[in-house]
Amino acid sequence: MPKAMMIWPGNPGLSIFVWAILAIVVMYAARIPAHQAIRGFTRVVAHTLRLAGHSLMDAQKRLALRNREVLLASGQELTERQIEQEFSRISTTIAKDLGTYPALHRKLSEQVASIDEDYRAATDSPPDPPAWTSAIGMTQQLVDKSGGDKTVGRVIEALHKGFMRAHAQAMGEYRKSSRTRHRLLSHMMPFWRRTASTLASVDKTVNGIVERSNHIDKLMEQYHEISKRSDRAERMLSTSAMTQFLISGLVLTIAVLGGFINFQLIALPMSEMVGASARLGSLKVSQVAALVIIMVEITMGLFLMESLRITRLFPVIGSMQDRNRRIMMWASLVILLVLASIESSLAYMRDLLAANNAALTQSLAGIAVQQPEFHWIPAVGQMTLGFILPFALTFVAVPMESFIHSLRVVGGNALEAALRLAVFACHLAGSLIHHLGSGLINTYDLAVFLPLKVEHLVLGVTASKTRRGKVPAA
Amino acid sequence: MAVEHTRGMTMNIRQHITALVAAAMLLGCTSSAPGRGVYMLLDTSGTYTEHLNKAQSVVNYLLGNLTSGDSFAVARIDSGSFSEKDILMRATFDARPSVANDQKRSFKKTIDTFAGSARGASHTDITGGLLQAVEWLNEVGPGQKTVLIFSDMDEDLQKGQIRDFPLDLRGFHVVALNVTKLNKDNVDPRIYLDRLEHWKKRVEEGGGTWQVINDLERLDAIIQDT
Repeated sequence: MPKAMMIWPGNPGLSIFVWAILAIVVMYAARIPAHQAIRGFTRVVAHTLRLAGHSLMDAQKRLALRNREVLLASGQELTERQIEQEFSRISTTIAKDLGTYPALHRKLSEQVASIDEDYRAATDSPPDPPAWTSAIGMTQQLVDKSGGDKTVGRVIEALHKGFMRAHAQAMGEYRKSSRTRHRLLSHMMPFWRRTASTLASVDKTVNGIVERSNHIDKLMEQYHEISKRSDRAERMLSTSAMTQFLISGLVLTIAVLGGFINFQLIALPMSEMVGASARLGSLKVSQVAALVIIMVEITMGLFLMESLRITRLFPVIGSMQDRNRRIMMWASLVILLVLASIESSLAYMRDLLAANNAALTQSLAGIAVQQPEFHWIPAVGQMTLGFILPFALTFVAVPMESFIHSLRVVGGNALEAALRLAVFACHLAGSLIHHLGSGLINTYDLAVFLPLKVEHLVLGVTASKTRRGKVPAA
Repeated sequence: MAVEHTRGMTMNIRQHITALVAAAMLLGCTSSAPGRGVYMLLDTSGTYTEHLNKAQSVVNYLLGNLTSGDSFAVARIDSGSFSEKDILMRATFDARPSVANDQKRSFKKTIDTFAGSARGASHTDITGGLLQAVEWLNEVGPGQKTVLIFSDMDEDLQKGQIRDFPLDLRGFHVVALNVTKLNKDNVDPRIYLDRLEHWKKRVEEGGGTWQVINDLERLDAIIQDT
């Protein structure tokens, strides 16, 4: 206790007691205004927090609405795109395979006509061999029955020979006719095969179109669901966006690691080109140059993917005329190829520089400089890596597009969750402050309980006196 | 039509000016790193030449650690060291690492040749060498200035040489390397301690910082990365 507050310097206990009594008296005197002040303050704070909570809740609701709109719009756009692609594929298939259908039909008709003609030719009836055979048998029996009659025997013999000749001639013709029929039938085989193959190809194409049609039906159903703005569509799209976000995030992380390796590959040799001592802020200019090359490669990759209409990050490129788009595609590809070649040579230079550094270190350490065996293997590896990585980075455009699109949805949802949490925190804090006010009032009354008790007693006595005074009068 | 043409030209000029300003800002941000400057003094007096192989190791270590943009010089301490003639080799390493490596090879060769043919000097003018180091490093202007003195720190001046004046060593870090104990130090170690204290006081009064490294395994403390 400070000395200035000591009423009795030698007796701090008594001083404290007196101060406490004084404080209680003052607090008792100021009890009602103090209660009002506490109640007023807590009410203002709680009310402000409640207002803030309501405001945040409104914002959260608006955001939820916006998220829903964004989700459905992006889902609708994606489905439209898929349907468009499917129709485009069907159109390509029809143009490619069924576009030549009249020619195919003519070809099939010709093949069928040819088969028909061959078939007719193959059905011409040959001479009937069994009748001849029985006639020859009969003449042989007559020869046997004639016994020793030479004249009759000679006549029948001549007749038999005549029959035999005629039979041989008929059999020859029969065989010839059969050969012709067989030839015609074997001639039909390739036509049959060709017809079967043509029909199989038509069947495959038609089946493909049917499959695509089924897919389009499903997409249309999905599109219809999204158009109806149904909860089912929202749930489906939300899950899909989250999945896309996670997968594309993972792929982008891998791509970033790939970019880092690429950076390590070219940063050292870049110092040979732009110098190792110049700096741009805290980074070496050689590092900045390496980063710029990688960024340019990624940009070219983006343009390439855009001009191929694989991604749609830049609507301007997508809506270009086909000729301009093709020019852009080739330009991007050529620049990418040049950059990949530069990277490959930089990777080779890196190997040379590393070898030079190693040789210098060995020389400074007093060790005989040694050329490692198979040192060309890492050199070739680095060169290959330097050439491939730019093209691999090209495909970053695909996950990047998914990431950006899904980020809108996931980010919006995260913000919505944060707002919901803030609303809860505001309401909780408002409620706590409100109860804290009541608690403070009770605590205040606890500190002045003695005068309050006295007040109650006095008021009680006065009231009973008043009642007693009033009773006779009544 | 003419108005549109003029407006188009104005736009073009504005775009060009913006591009130029952006380029100038970018170039303005680009700066050459000040690098590190190391000046090493080798004592060649008396029997100290026997320690030159250790000095070679220090030089090799420094060559291995200094990079493009850093400056390095090696000079001997003899009877009159305040002279450019005593500088054995000096170089600011090229920005291109391959050229810097060639410079380092050449540097090493020169020091090896000197170590093989060095002869003992009759006197030891450490202050003169230090003044020469300060002059060269101030001229080169590196970001970090270090003077290494490979010596027993026992100055032995020629008659008539004046060296007892204050040195301006602001921004310099002076390191005494391999300060060997002389016979007289063994008789009375206070001589050795007083000698080191004298140099410490002199350097610190000049505004520099002082360090003694006798264990050559701790050379990493000499230079720090910029």
